[in-house]
Amino acid sequence: MIGEVLVECAHMSCAYNSTLAIKKIDFTIRKGDFVGIVGPSGSGKTTLLKAILGSIVPVEGHVTKKPHLRMGYVPQVETVDWNFPVTVLEVVAMTRSSTGRLPRVTKDERADALLVLERLGLGGLENRHIRELSGGQQQRVFVARALFHRPELLVLDEPTSGVDVRTRHEVLHLLADLHDEGVSIILSTHDLNGLAAHLPRLVCLNSEIIADGSPVEVLTPEVLEQTFGAPMEVLIHGGMPVVVDGVGADIAERMSRFG
Amino acid sequence: MSFVFAGLFTPFHYQFFNNGIIVATIAGALCGLLGVFVVLRGMSYIGHGLSHAVFGGAAASAVMNINYFVGAGVWGVASGVIIGRIARRRLIGADAAIGVVTTASFALGLALLNRYGQAKKSIEAVLFGSVLGVKTIDIVAVSAVAILSVVIVVALYRAFLFATFDPEVAQVSGVRVAWIEALLMGLLSLTILVTMRVIGTLLISALLVIPASVARMLTNSFARMLWISPIIGAVSAFTGMYLSYFLDTSASATIILTGTLMFIVVYAVTGLRGRTRISGLHHI
Ligand SMILES: Nc1ncnc2c1ncn2[C@@H]1O[C@H](COP(=O)(O)OP(=O)(O)OP(=O)(O)O)[C@@H](O)[C@H]1O
Ligand SMILES: [Mg+2]
Repeated sequence: MIGEVLVECAHMSCAYNSTLAIKKIDFTIRKGDFVGIVGPSGSGKTTLLKAILGSIVPVEGHVTKKPHLRMGYVPQVETVDWNFPVTVLEVVAMTRSSTGRLPRVTKDERADALLVLERLGLGGLENRHIRELSGGQQQRVFVARALFHRPELLVLDEPTSGVDVRTRHEVLHLLADLHDEGVSIILSTHDLNGLAAHLPRLVCLNSEIIADGSPVEVLTPEVLEQTFGAPMEVLIHGGMPVVVDGVGADIAERMSRFG
Repeated sequence: MSFVFAGLFTPFHYQFFNNGIIVATIAGALCGLLGVFVVLRGMSYIGHGLSHAVFGGAAASAVMNINYFVGAGVWGVASGVIIGRIARRRLIGADAAIGVVTTASFALGLALLNRYGQAKKSIEAVLFGSVLGVKTIDIVAVSAVAILSVVIVVALYRAFLFATFDPEVAQVSGVRVAWIEALLMGLLSLTILVTMRVIGTLLISALLVIPASVARMLTNSFARMLWISPIIGAVSAFTGMYLSYFLDTSASATIILTGTLMFIVVYAVTGLRGRTRISGLHHI
């Protein structure tokens, strides 16, 4: 039961000011996929997501999308202008900009938006300014905005950066629920053990795709060293790979000299 | 007593003053409205750049004996759209490129007026604005642009909000961001075109920035900013224009100083809260 193709990148390269950020990417997202992209800082995760969304145009190769594919995008929180004068409700209602004609949020939209907020544990916060929220709540406001658009494909850029363990679990559960409801998901993350290892499919990226497969196939010392350029060890714990920083021993040895 | 009271109304006995104060008040409201977008996008240099570019067009059309609104209008809207495009690509050096091109346009205008213009007085009028030259056509023009701006901002409110807050996601969600931005630049150019004769080239960018910044300190809501800022712009323009008659000062300078005074008062009154609100605005 292979799902229909939603997005296909064929031999795609993207550049900023003529410096290539990602090279020769061959990559397909199908209906029902739940994919994580991992790679070091600057490896092109955000660039790949933006190319999928269509906000960056490849300099080589191409991206093909299912016609009228509805995508929801949750940007990396660092890119949001937290000082902008908008409330939580206004942010969530934004994605219906092309359909909604009235300046005001309508009653129906408000009811819909409140349901989404409730579901994300943001009930009662709809009139707060976006800066007056905790990091985890801020993150979820943007998930709410993406969901309000009723996407077929949800694209999240580091949805768990800077949130605590509990919030991370909540986000994971929420994504799993959405996936069960038929939303296809692609996300990027720096969190190998807390997030990536739980996903059915992982892509290791370092300008090029180093590996693409299940966590057990992809989270191997060879692939990780090639991706991150640093030695790492992989343990298997309860059938799941756990990545351990390989430099640990060396650092521990140096630190022990101070002990 | 009644003599003093009557004195307060003397400026309104002059037709030129009435025309001037009407144009200035509408101009203040208009600049306040569009200034919200300028300030929230951190593009105050655009008001500066555009007014300098339009000055070049105004001078060229004066020298070539073309109607001001036609000559400067074509020039201004064209430079507005080009500036918008350069700024949108966020290339390194985009501000520098805009700065060079618009300053060159300004210098060219100045040289043209020096060489072919009638008197030093007309240069001064374009740089600092003048109430004396205001005609009925100016009232019609500024009202038309104001109505057009209000209609567009209300009709496309959501698209404007989304494209201002988060252009990338807006684009992905189906908002035609490039089109919205071109529209905004077009309106800004028209605004500068129709207000320049009263406010002058040099102080227009301040009128785009001050009311919106004051409004930002007063509210955390985009929708509310869109009406508070025009009110502040209109009040500063009306008051400034009125005071300039008695103080015998330049109208545009008095308008900007009135706005600045409001800024200072609101800054002091809103305290820390207002300060944090505007701390995120770039390039004020
Ligand atoms: N707007 C830009 N202009 C120029 N170069 C850029 C721009 N955005 C990203 N880059 C460069 O492109 C490369 C890939 O960046 P990208 O943001 O995709 O990495 P990333 O994997 O998302 O990193 P992080 O984990 O830090 O978010 C980096 O070398 C970066 O410096
Ligand atoms: Mg990134």
